[in-house]
Amino acid sequence: MVNNDHTKPILEIRNVSKEFSGVYALRNVDMQILPGMVTAVIGENGAGKSTLMKIISGVYQRSEGNVMLNGKNVAFKDPKEAAENGVVIIHQELNLIPHLSITENLFLGNEITNKFGLLDYGRMHKKAKELLSLLQLDVDPKMAVSQLRVGQQQLVEIARALLHNSKVLIMDEPTSAISDQEVELLFKIINNLKNSGVAIVYISHKLNELFQIATRYEVLRDGQKVGEGFMKDTNHDQLVKMMVGRDLASFFKKDEHKQGAELLRVEDLCLRNPENKLDDLVHNVSFSLHRGEVLGICGLMGAGRTELLEAIFGLHPKHVSGKIFIDNEPHTICSVSDAIKAGIALVPEDRKLQGLILNMDVAQNTSLACLDNIISYSFISTRKENELSLSYIKSLNTKVPSPKIEVSKLSGGNQQKVVIAKWLATNPKILLLDEPTWGIDIGAKTEIYKLINDLAKQGMGIVMVSSELPEILAISDNILVLSESKLTGVFSRSEATEEKIMHAALTEKE
Amino acid sequence: MTNTKNITNKLAKFQSIIALLIMCIVLSFLSDKFMTGDNAWNVMRQISVNVIISVGMTLVILTGGIDLSVGSVLALAGAVTAGMLKFGAEFSDANLYIGFTLFGAMLGGIAVGAFLGWFNGITITRFKVPPFVATLAMLTIARGLTMLWTGGFPITGLGDNMAFIGTGWFLGIPMPVWISAFVVLAAVVLTKKTKLGRHIYAIGGNETASRLSGLKISKVKIIVYSLAGALSAIGGIIITSRLDSAQPNAGMGFELDSIAAVVIGGTSLSGGKGTILGTVQGALIIGILNNGLVLLNVSPFWQQVVKGFIILLAVVVEKLNSKKE
Repeated sequence: MVNNDHTKPILEIRNVSKEFSGVYALRNVDMQILPGMVTAVIGENGAGKSTLMKIISGVYQRSEGNVMLNGKNVAFKDPKEAAENGVVIIHQELNLIPHLSITENLFLGNEITNKFGLLDYGRMHKKAKELLSLLQLDVDPKMAVSQLRVGQQQLVEIARALLHNSKVLIMDEPTSAISDQEVELLFKIINNLKNSGVAIVYISHKLNELFQIATRYEVLRDGQKVGEGFMKDTNHDQLVKMMVGRDLASFFKKDEHKQGAELLRVEDLCLRNPENKLDDLVHNVSFSLHRGEVLGICGLMGAGRTELLEAIFGLHPKHVSGKIFIDNEPHTICSVSDAIKAGIALVPEDRKLQGLILNMDVAQNTSLACLDNIISYSFISTRKENELSLSYIKSLNTKVPSPKIEVSKLSGGNQQKVVIAKWLATNPKILLLDEPTWGIDIGAKTEIYKLINDLAKQGMGIVMVSSELPEILAISDNILVLSESKLTGVFSRSEATEEKIMHAALTEKE
Repeated sequence: MTNTKNITNKLAKFQSIIALLIMCIVLSFLSDKFMTGDNAWNVMRQISVNVIISVGMTLVILTGGIDLSVGSVLALAGAVTAGMLKFGAEFSDANLYIGFTLFGAMLGGIAVGAFLGWFNGITITRFKVPPFVATLAMLTIARGLTMLWTGGFPITGLGDNMAFIGTGWFLGIPMPVWISAFVVLAAVVLTKKTKLGRHIYAIGGNETASRLSGLKISKVKIIVYSLAGALSAIGGIIITSRLDSAQPNAGMGFELDSIAAVVIGGTSLSGGKGTILGTVQGALIIGILNNGLVLLNVSPFWQQVVKGFIILLAVVVEKLNSKKE
């Protein structure tokens, strides 16, 4: 229908790079998307898949390189322009407006109007009905999207993409939130689209799924392309190897030291999903942490890593079950202040949203969780506050002209050091770190590795969640792997390899 | 190059003081009544109630909230104080009559104000009602309670002691000015030097990060709304004293003047940013403007238009400045 010549690419990516304030998310990527087949784009978290798709669909603008559609150089300024040219993306997170009806969502930005300029609901509903029946979704298009199940909402997203007569359809993790029957249906739809000549770009972590549906694959790693080929010529292990085989954080040498007594023991920790009682965000996880130990936690996005840390830190007291022992004493942690009293600190994943008060200065951010320590006669002592801040600026080597500078003006690495300083100032025994090196430059990363190592040496117990396997392998004494809310792998430093971890992380529900 | 930039940046910090100075200079040329001692005390006395209420409003806005109920709370607290003072509490069944001293009656009024503020805080934190809606409801509730308490008529004849609060002088300075100065001083110390003050800024700056740092968000907000209620009550007592009567419709529209003072003073409505002294300057600007326009015989209708434009101007200048940064 569109182009039945399956050898000539409909979309070609040539030498594309994307830079975010000095950090390359993509570097010189070439890729060919052929019509009438599914091309799988695979890679670890942060490999650059989503960035690349956002460039193709006009969400981001590339820094360098060319994107050719049907042999013509294109640079879409926004997703609307891309859609008008037949390049449509279905995002990982749903982009529907919950209180509007299915029809209103489908035609959002492309409303059909009558000759008076008013909305022509009759025609829109009719067209919506057609699309929905094509997707075997038997619901009234006048229904509000919020009344649909997540899987059905995903289908509405797909229907919206179909409305555009798309030539290239990008699906970013389309099956992450839908049931098995819906997956089957989705695959049927994909096959139909494929047969009518649409090029489908399919991003998924679920390798088994890819062998079912995809014809070709392209592998990204650290923003660079590392492999391509036909699915029939490869296997699970080979793909995993391509995804992970990147440079270790070799510049960092872990300094071995003895571990002490058990500090933290977690038994059968569960965190129920507040929105769905049957679903656990963390399911029966047990582990222990010793003095001087660095425990790495890996897993794919949504595997329950952050939730595990939050459950320990007392952020979801109403939904947590299981036992927590600190120094062999049972503890119930119902709030952050309980956690701080018990000697636990959490450096959260998103330092700007969760870690810092951006319009406060370095000193004020540093003292926020331990204000009681710098109060004399019920007044905050600015002198003590500055001393506290300066001592951490010195020990963490934070690059700031003065403790009085607003944290919003600092670089990512220095901001992260301020968050870490805030938590070290509470004198924790147990330090939980969630993606501590996310989005910071190599220099600051190494300093943070060294800091983690030093803190462990002083007897602190450290739990670090990270999506970067090399970093986990470089600094952890032991490694836990989570997949779909469950613990699927426990490795000691000596036995862990990227392949083993990746296999455990890709373990799917039986 | 950087030097001139520094200077303009520093000037930007003092823009409201500069605006104040310019207004004073211009007005002193236009009217020979403006730059007199009498007029200065007049302005100060007139703005003192707005300053007191706006201090509470500043605290609320710093947490990212808003309090629309200040005017009604002011009226109820003034009426409660006046009623307690004049009629006491009479329990005819037990043949019991309790009279109140001025101090007792004022405490009663302030307690009522604090209680209504606490109620605001509870609905906002416990029941997650947006501050705008919660305090809008309280605006109506407190006004209704005032009407019920007074029967719709002013309570008058409160005695000389009561009148001293609003009209008396102490050490050559009007009492309302003493009270507002004391409130401002206490609030400056609270915001700059105490844990509570720091928590107020932190919560307004980033509530999620504050919660993750162990701050008790609900407790802080409840305290702040209670303080705003108590400060409105103090304002209500001053007004009642000055008029020697508690008017059931006292304080109508005061929430708007108060929000205007806070905004002109440079406090961000999204929270986390702003100062008490900025608000004082904002209240001064509004007060001097009102005073000047009256002295110049400008129609009160025009006064409102001008005040509206001043609010816009203040916010636009603020936005332009923050963009430059």
